[in-house]
Amino acid sequence: MEQRQNKLIQALRHLKRGERINDGWTEESPRPRNSEDLYRRRWQYDKIVRSTHGVNCTGSCSWRIHVKDGIIAYETQQTDYPSTGENFPDYEPRGCPRGASFSWYTYSPTRVKHPYVRGDLYELWKAELKTADNPVKAWENIVTNPDKRNKYVKARGKGGFVRGSWKELCQLIAASTIYTIKKYGPDRIVGFSPIPAMSMISYSGGTRFLSLIGGTILSFYDWYADLPPASPQVWGDQTDVPESGDWYNTKYFIIWGTNIPQTRTPDAHFMVESRYNGTKVVGVSPDYAEYDKFADIWLPAKPGTDGALAMAMTHVILKEFYVDKETPYFLDYAKQYTDLPFLVILDKKNGEFRSDRFLRASDIKTNQELGEWKTVVWDEKTNQMVIPTGSQGFRWDNGNKWNLDLKSEDGQEINPKLSFFKDSDKVVLVDFPYFAEKEGGKVGRGVPVKVITDQSGNEVTVTTVYDLMMAHTGVNRGLEGDYPLDYNDPNKPYTPGWQESITGVKKEHVIQVAREFAANAEQTNGKSMIAMGGGTNHWYHSDQIYRSILNLILLTGSQGVNGGGWAHYVGQEKVRPIEGFSQIAFANDWVKSPRFMNGTSFFYFATEQFRYEYMANGEKSEWGSKYSRMHPADFNAMSARLGWLPSFPQWTQNSLDVMKEAREKYKEDEQAIIQDVAKQISDGKINYAIENPNDPRNFPHIFFNWRSNLLGDSGKGHEYFVKHLIGSDDSVLTDTENSWQPEKINIDEKPPEGKTDLFIAMDFRMTSSGLFSDIILPAATWYEKFDISTTDLHPFVHPFNAAISPPWETKSDWDAFREIAKEFTELAKEHLPAQEDLVMSPLAHDTVNEVAQPMGKVKDWRNGEVEAIPGKTMSNLNIVKRDYPNVYNMWTTVGPNIRNGYGTKGVKVNGEKAYQELLSRLGVSKREGVGKGHPDLYSDKQAINAILLMSGATNGKRAVEGWKSMEEKTGKKLGHISEAREEEDYTLDALSVQPRQTISTPVWSGLENDNRRYSPFTVNKEYNIPWHTLTGRQSFYLDHEVMLDYGEGLPLYLPPVNLSPFLKGEKEVENKGKSLTLRYMTPHQKWGIHTMFTDTNQMVQLFRGWQVVWLNEKDAASAGIKDNDWIEVYNRNGVVAARAILTYRLPRGVAYMYHAQDRTMGVPGNSINKKRGGTHNSVTRINPKATHMIGGYSQLSYGFNYYGPTGSNRDTMTVIRPLKEVDWLEN
Amino acid sequence: MRIKAQVAMVMHLDKCIGCHTCSVTCKNTWTNRPGMEYVWYNNVETRPGPGYPKEWENTDRYKGGWTLRNGKLHLRAGGPVSKLANIFYNPNMATIDDFYEPWTYDFEHLHKAPKKENLPVARPKSMITGKFIDKPEWGSNWDDDLAGGSEIVPMDPNVQKLQEHIAMEYEKTFMMYLPRICEHCLNPSCVASCPSGALYKRDEDGIVLVDQEACRGWRFCMNGCPYHKVYYNWNTHKAEKCNFCYPRTEAGLPTVCSETCVGRIRYIGVVLYDADRVKEAASVEDPKDLYEAQLSVFLDPNDPEVIEKAREAGINESWIKSAQDSPIYKMAMKWKIALPLHPEYRTLPMVWYVPPLSPIMNHITNEQDLSMDGYIPAVDDMRIPMEYLASLLSADDTSVIRRVLLKMAAMRVHMRAKTVGGMDEMKTSKLLQEAGTTMEELEDMARLLGVAKYNERFVIPTGRREMDDNLHYRQGACSIEGLAPAEGMVTYPYERSDLG
Repeated sequence: MEQRQNKLIQALRHLKRGERINDGWTEESPRPRNSEDLYRRRWQYDKIVRSTHGVNCTGSCSWRIHVKDGIIAYETQQTDYPSTGENFPDYEPRGCPRGASFSWYTYSPTRVKHPYVRGDLYELWKAELKTADNPVKAWENIVTNPDKRNKYVKARGKGGFVRGSWKELCQLIAASTIYTIKKYGPDRIVGFSPIPAMSMISYSGGTRFLSLIGGTILSFYDWYADLPPASPQVWGDQTDVPESGDWYNTKYFIIWGTNIPQTRTPDAHFMVESRYNGTKVVGVSPDYAEYDKFADIWLPAKPGTDGALAMAMTHVILKEFYVDKETPYFLDYAKQYTDLPFLVILDKKNGEFRSDRFLRASDIKTNQELGEWKTVVWDEKTNQMVIPTGSQGFRWDNGNKWNLDLKSEDGQEINPKLSFFKDSDKVVLVDFPYFAEKEGGKVGRGVPVKVITDQSGNEVTVTTVYDLMMAHTGVNRGLEGDYPLDYNDPNKPYTPGWQESITGVKKEHVIQVAREFAANAEQTNGKSMIAMGGGTNHWYHSDQIYRSILNLILLTGSQGVNGGGWAHYVGQEKVRPIEGFSQIAFANDWVKSPRFMNGTSFFYFATEQFRYEYMANGEKSEWGSKYSRMHPADFNAMSARLGWLPSFPQWTQNSLDVMKEAREKYKEDEQAIIQDVAKQISDGKINYAIENPNDPRNFPHIFFNWRSNLLGDSGKGHEYFVKHLIGSDDSVLTDTENSWQPEKINIDEKPPEGKTDLFIAMDFRMTSSGLFSDIILPAATWYEKFDISTTDLHPFVHPFNAAISPPWETKSDWDAFREIAKEFTELAKEHLPAQEDLVMSPLAHDTVNEVAQPMGKVKDWRNGEVEAIPGKTMSNLNIVKRDYPNVYNMWTTVGPNIRNGYGTKGVKVNGEKAYQELLSRLGVSKREGVGKGHPDLYSDKQAINAILLMSGATNGKRAVEGWKSMEEKTGKKLGHISEAREEEDYTLDALSVQPRQTISTPVWSGLENDNRRYSPFTVNKEYNIPWHTLTGRQSFYLDHEVMLDYGEGLPLYLPPVNLSPFLKGEKEVENKGKSLTLRYMTPHQKWGIHTMFTDTNQMVQLFRGWQVVWLNEKDAASAGIKDNDWIEVYNRNGVVAARAILTYRLPRGVAYMYHAQDRTMGVPGNSINKKRGGTHNSVTRINPKATHMIGGYSQLSYGFNYYGPTGSNRDTMTVIRPLKEVDWLEN
Repeated sequence: MRIKAQVAMVMHLDKCIGCHTCSVTCKNTWTNRPGMEYVWYNNVETRPGPGYPKEWENTDRYKGGWTLRNGKLHLRAGGPVSKLANIFYNPNMATIDDFYEPWTYDFEHLHKAPKKENLPVARPKSMITGKFIDKPEWGSNWDDDLAGGSEIVPMDPNVQKLQEHIAMEYEKTFMMYLPRICEHCLNPSCVASCPSGALYKRDEDGIVLVDQEACRGWRFCMNGCPYHKVYYNWNTHKAEKCNFCYPRTEAGLPTVCSETCVGRIRYIGVVLYDADRVKEAASVEDPKDLYEAQLSVFLDPNDPEVIEKAREAGINESWIKSAQDSPIYKMAMKWKIALPLHPEYRTLPMVWYVPPLSPIMNHITNEQDLSMDGYIPAVDDMRIPMEYLASLLSADDTSVIRRVLLKMAAMRVHMRAKTVGGMDEMKTSKLLQEAGTTMEELEDMARLLGVAKYNERFVIPTGRREMDDNLHYRQGACSIEGLAPAEGMVTYPYERSDLG
């Protein structure tokens, strides 16, 4: 009120002197302080709303969105997480600078506010609609006329958007989809959307639609190369990791290629704070990375050599903790929880022994149920071979002995023997692969063996995995062979001295860290932890690097222990309410067998990258691998053929037509239908689409891209995407002429371009994906919709809530797909009757299919090696009803399949109870059609509550039901684990009040009772539940024929592949000035999560703007490049225009183009082909590895985002030179 | 003795992950508007590096803070006479390029580009001129994580001082982060620099503010502050600065930068000090004595005499209790692990910093090196040169830094002994002796630094609004005083005298 006083009086008051204090130095002034109200008003707000960020960082942080005057003003982190306990750091606050900048998008100039369509397409569509009878015909008229099609396809990526309405664009999408289904089949409708955990409902909207119509759903985790193939290989489980709070429990923490402060920002404090609780921290990284700041010591290993470092540490631990002294904790652990005591057959090839497959029950005993899947150990007590319980065969033999009790199948207590060193029958020289010096080299070392007689009376030489490991890693126990003398031996694998020249790390440090790591585990019973991530995982040989590092974890008994084990953090996620989510997202409540396709294979073929393959080394090596000489595309086709990997689109023929003909022929006899189709396949009458990727019928005609910036971010081989999938101007700097071409795939001379007919993006901001799309639908932001998010980094479930309603014409993804489903259904009533589909699904992990192909031998029906039998020697064929005129009705209700029970990973939940509860919680649908009377799933809120109610992690009853279902197979009491939380039942409203902690469920392997931090495999260790592997134990040894052929039976060091910038004989870019040839890497960045947040005003200005590439300053100086100079980075795959950042923090020989900045901001033209400089993925391409395509074999069986080739990208080399002239190409 | 209360902050640099969340949440709340584009009340600097604005520690150039001449404190930039002489042109002031020219991108072009030859791009645009620029040339955090390397690092005034010790080489790399806000000094030179008397230090909590009604935009505060934490809003032509989020602290909430600090490095609490001793403390001769002199003005909140005097000074019970539970008092005064930033500026800054540990530089030669007493030489061999930290935090006195690092190391070693084993060894260790601490103190430290519960990091009493005598009126009228004018007929319960 003082404002209303006379200004003069105020001014006079100001002149009045106050009391002088502090030796006359300070005045205590009585002046008015009214202007303080100004800033108080800024802080005042109308409401705060709890929401989070649906971004692919797995942070899942709870935020307060402050709404002021009806406007989203700013956000700060929530601090009300349930406590972790009195003496433990809490989770508050979670959130990073990127998330804090999110509110900028709401009202920003990059906001997509209205539906947009490519002008050329819109014009054609309007015109055709007028002349054609109906929209489906209108679409046909456009895409069947090459001139018309070219008109808009060639315009992609070149501006010229116009506004359309939701109604008309949904109709266009529906018409094109229906036309494509009729003409080519439903699997030509393809959808890409990653990481459901970050916003499950938004993901589900699209996948539910695709599942109902039979479309192809692409995986992402393997495609991103974040999936560590070592995880399924070792554990038969995909990326189960500790929550970040568990870092505080560790006492020795090696951080190895995962930049925790930079990329796990909200979690980093647990690592920092653990140091004050006495934890030692070691940093391993090629650059002085942010996490090295927190380390006690930095081991600067050269990029891609981590495997060598880890193998040397393995050597030290085996030598000091298993041989020099026997460490009781380690030995007990190894015997019970690893495959080290299991017997392996040594096979003599070319006069030398090599390790072959595991010995099986079927080798030594007759009449064993699934004896081919039961592995064998040597019992110390009885001094004979025994068949311990818990191996894969016990899982599927209908018994109840699938457990890790130290017992044989007949109930006798056993003590598995680790080594035959002291009582071997003899010592034989065994060949081990050694590829560090030359590809396909080998080394011969003596191994103690037993000679046994198998049930056919043949003599068989066997040893243990443990003895193989000792020999392979070069631990000298005085046996014959090419063993190193001691740690200092510089030439023989795998000594600390040997690794020094490879990694650059001093041998003393290797010995020191390995010794400390193991000693710590010995003292603490396994509280030694290794955090790993992109830096160690994004390599072609990721699995070998990881398995080498995991040696350290397993040998020290650190896995399955709080504060111990692996901690893999890159792109990992955890859909904690997975059971309910899977039903809603993939419409399992109405139809079975969604078309899950592995992303890497899909894009490898769809973008024709297989046509630009690097030639394998032609020379025959000492090791003599057969499969590594197969073109990856040929191997992939074989993999699809043998039922290992999925393959969609599946056949050149329309699956609906194939099914229709077969049904007409065989009527009700579904067995006959399936047999007939299998025969048609083996006779070559039905053709695999993967073997005919250039046939226009097999193109991915309609492409949905939502919650993703595929074309500006994750699309490795970006320029190949632009050229072959999109059909716009590209910067591929090579052709197929000098590249390695497949032999068994039918290809055209010139690979097709612009394969997709319609590319649809859904987003709230304009990215490269939007710029290349035909249609952009305006999405609601994360502060404008309802959804849920979970992560493996903390145990809470976080809701999204709308702080404001979706502004302009924006819609949530859930609502958008409902609109599309509605338009689709309207048109389907007239144009697409209900019919049957035949879905080709691979042999899946965690189903009985994983015991389909015994002994891991490759048997190809096409070569007559076996018969073509669906579900055995080839994929399953499943008949699925497609009720197209009812898609909307099914999409908006929970279907009746739930009542039959549901689950995942072999865990079953009682469906009837859940279904009844759904009816009352969601309400009953009154809409006419098949969904009437079913639980109503119209809105996002209903979908959220459905998932929460149906899943054990969020509903105590489901958790208990799940545990009980596990009792049958394992014979263990488990139901009590979650009994104390049986009444807990989360809803969206409850989660919005305060985050809630998830409940222990058997679909995950961590125990979370009593405020315990989640640590994976504690269930396995504490309740003796087997891992989902062949032996049921954690695996050192992988005995599949292809693994052994590759020399990868045991973990070993394989150098980076070093894909050269250009191939020999290829026409290179003319280069007169100075340039650099560097290893090119794309680690995750600091100023965005992928491209998200990178464009917000704060992130743009907090560093240097975009795009930028980091170089070592000495390297840069040698090419005349100064800080902030323009440069171009190129190789045969494409070219990037960027600015250079120089530093001495990076070693020489590398370029870091932090992932991902997108090419939409500040990117000029390149000087090579005068096109817009590319994204970080313009110089990368995918390079699939055959060992990741194995299937039908225990843990090496396919699962969606579980196993499959990864889109690895760190083996790339590029040329870098100054970009002399900057042309914005904007005239 | 004239007791006053100060709300102060500790930033634990060893915990700082350099993420800049503090900068963003602060900017969103306070400086996300025209005229303030280049302003970051809170910024985070990678060190070694020149900081924001560039080389702000170069007091020869900017002439910030106080200097001692003939035993008397003077503003380095000169008193009223020289101010008057330079009132229309201040040669010492940082230019926009020393901060940076803020930029954005032409995003709308991505939507609106007509059909054309090439993929559209959003070009960079200056937010000062509105014109396209080719590329940004500098930013508030241009050298994050040593970006720019040896082209930029030598611009750090601390590095210049220590040239012989710093090797800009891959093998010897070190870095640390230095988050900065206004220091809310006890002896603020910005306040003394203002010709209009617009800056003031609040009596009840010591927060230093610019009165937006009184500021005339002379800008002498900008370089008068040696930390360069007062900014010029080029739209309103007035100075603005970090206000320690007083609208939040008044409500008992931590500042935005503190609460959102995801590294949990920030602590806020009350300290009591003797306002009559500030001048004296700022005037000690040897800069190396300034740290101890500064510590000497603080009062023990558990001392009955202090409590009595505080009550007399009108400091209420909850403020006294807060001072007793204050994490700042523990870290800065009791354990002496938090140090003032550049005490040699003689402003008695109230944001305190715990210096960071760093990996040891050289190879470990035997396994004893990183356990117990092995940590003593390790502290001397850490990557961040002790001289560098001393240049920042102790007016070049490395013994102060060494003692703190030893204490931090001892805490880690002790907690390891406690959780893994080795307590007997710990009790008799040289480390404990040399760090001058006890196991009890180390455990208290581990609790506050490691477990770091919200309510222990932030001990903030609600604002003493009872000092405002119009509360009854404001209860119903605040924010709508325009509709509830304090004129005309006024009825119960208001009295004329209430309304001024």
